[in-house]
Amino acid sequence: MSPRPGTNRRDFLCLAGAALLGAPGGSKAAPPPPAPAKSRVVISRDPQLWKPGAGMDSNRLQKLVDRAVQAFYGRDNASEAWHLVARPGEIVGLKVNCLAGKGISTSVPLVEAIAERLQQVGVRDIVIWDRLNSDLESARFRINEKGPGVRCFGNDTLGYEDELVTFGSAGSLLSRTLTQVCDAVINLPVLKDHGIAGVTMALKNLFGAIHNPNKYHLSVGDPYVADVNMLPPLRQKVRLHICDAATAQYEGGPSFMPQWTWPYNGLLVARDPVALDQTGWRIIERKRAEKGMKSLQEMKRQPTYIATAADANHRLGTNDPTRMEIVEV
Amino acid sequence: MMDKADLQDSVPLCLRGQPFDRRVFLKAASLPCLAACAGAFAGAKHAVPLVAAPMPESDAQFIREAQFYEKQPYKKIKCKLCPRECVIDDRERGYCGVRENRGGTYYTLVHSRVVTAHIDPVEKKPFFHFLPGAMAFSIATAGCNVNCKMCQNWEISQVRPEQVRSTYAPPAKVAALAKQNRCATIAYTYSEPVIFYEYMVDVADAGHQEGVRSVVVTGGYIHEEPLKKLCPRVDAVKVDLKAYSEKFYKEIVNGELKHILNALVTLRKQGMWTEIVYLVVPTLNDSDQEFKSLARWVKSDLGPDVPLHFSRFHPEYLLKNLPPTPLETLERAKAIADAEGLHYAYIGNVPGHPAESTYCPKCRKVVVERVGYTVGAMHIKSGKCQYCRTPIPGVWT
Repeated sequence: MSPRPGTNRRDFLCLAGAALLGAPGGSKAAPPPPAPAKSRVVISRDPQLWKPGAGMDSNRLQKLVDRAVQAFYGRDNASEAWHLVARPGEIVGLKVNCLAGKGISTSVPLVEAIAERLQQVGVRDIVIWDRLNSDLESARFRINEKGPGVRCFGNDTLGYEDELVTFGSAGSLLSRTLTQVCDAVINLPVLKDHGIAGVTMALKNLFGAIHNPNKYHLSVGDPYVADVNMLPPLRQKVRLHICDAATAQYEGGPSFMPQWTWPYNGLLVARDPVALDQTGWRIIERKRAEKGMKSLQEMKRQPTYIATAADANHRLGTNDPTRMEIVEV
Repeated sequence: MMDKADLQDSVPLCLRGQPFDRRVFLKAASLPCLAACAGAFAGAKHAVPLVAAPMPESDAQFIREAQFYEKQPYKKIKCKLCPRECVIDDRERGYCGVRENRGGTYYTLVHSRVVTAHIDPVEKKPFFHFLPGAMAFSIATAGCNVNCKMCQNWEISQVRPEQVRSTYAPPAKVAALAKQNRCATIAYTYSEPVIFYEYMVDVADAGHQEGVRSVVVTGGYIHEEPLKKLCPRVDAVKVDLKAYSEKFYKEIVNGELKHILNALVTLRKQGMWTEIVYLVVPTLNDSDQEFKSLARWVKSDLGPDVPLHFSRFHPEYLLKNLPPTPLETLERAKAIADAEGLHYAYIGNVPGHPAESTYCPKCRKVVVERVGYTVGAMHIKSGKCQYCRTPIPGVWT
């Protein structure tokens, strides 16, 4: 079948497709294509998450996690929802963020709540991991390299692959914990400001899977953050992003600056890291505005890498609010 | 860029005869190599212990407070060593990956933390006007303050110190080992000595106490103050000028050309013996106009006597898609530099090429004959051409 004179390639493909399907051509307009599914971001909050003077209420936290994950997957009970995250027999990595120590890292109670649910659906091998053992310990995780029970160790335990993987501006060695241990990863970032990159949440937390994150903080991390997230093992293995926003920080990050934290009492859950980061960024901007602070754009650290992650070269998700479904529970 | 750390051409101290490929060498042999040094420290000239020394329990012995930084509010610091001026939060590192903010104090993590050491001809650095035929005891730590897409030593330059095997090599021992192995100089090379500045200076001082000089092989991405303070402590500097365009520096190097040019001018003003290498990368920095602009700038701002080495590129790291530099491109670059009035334009990484040798700019006779890294006849007496008595600039004795 040759294209007719005067038709371009796109016309040809449409015509050819119509002919093959036996679709009627001519005057009748084709129905519009189905709208692409929206990226769902669940925001789950509990104003009573923190017990006055006694830390986080672990029972309420478990319920918060369940509510968020059930809402995300549209399931009535937690077990059904978690079955959609991981299968029995898989080794699931929980990529936490412990850079800021005990002040504002992925919390131990949140990780415990997630690990418990995974175990209940038959996932027996769980690995909590981050860059360094010392980072994990500073955030009150206990190093447990070999088990029994939930394992926990930094990239310094197994090191990095020997072969460089590249995409765009990124060329990195990947953590062997990611490549050789984990079948699936649940990304557990923190909702916080970042003094160079603007914000750090789902996309940027995966810098913890590469050997050279220090090379990728130029130009507010753009396009480096997006490029790193394109590296195949990350794209293939990260199943879900659960952003710890029990406490959030709107200025002074990534270090812990208590004067700029606030109890957001929530979690953000998504499979689309771009949509999650876009949503979290707006939360931080609202808080900054509420506190009379300049926007990140005015501070010249607008996280443009989020838009880059959504562009045609990356397609890691969407930052378009019309293509996002924000569900608050 | 001639100074590649895989050393197929030179002799790693501890691996003579071992069939190691580059990766195995870098990953597994760096430490034994220094362990060999450790053997030498104990008095055995060519001790070859192929078992890696154990890593220390802590990194305390490698840590010193950094010399050039400013403290800022909220435990942040601003690094003042290189033009990048990283502002670093507590518990974070700068772009180089080897300097860390710990509680508002900035530390180098690589003092005495050597990842590779070899004895090379000084021509491999390359220095062509500095003690021809001398051997250089060459050391490196992990880390670099740029990220060149064509880096040939990226396995040590683009990693953090804890990601590559290393050993403890304090300055006095390096100096003693260099002297013991009859090396006229110590070379700080392979990765980027700017990022192990404090260690480099301490080793240079220790070397001078032993009568061993020091040469620096650098990208030149350094602030003026630390560079000026470095000059009295070392004996020669070779700068890798990666291109003569800001575009190349931005896209390929992750740096800025203007700072390198400033550093070169500073070196000359300080009276430092300086040579330049220009790695010619096909399609990226090989236009006639760029060669011409480069040569004119060198002549006008540094002088016609500064050696300029046009070096052949080989596909490496993130630029594996490009071919090696054609010989005719290198010859074109040299011809342009010659025509612009530079006295000492060389061609590098092309063993046996006539442009490896040094010619008297007046009588055009060969005054230092070279084939590869081997120096043949020398016809320089008291710093002058043996034939016509024209001064040949350099450090000859």
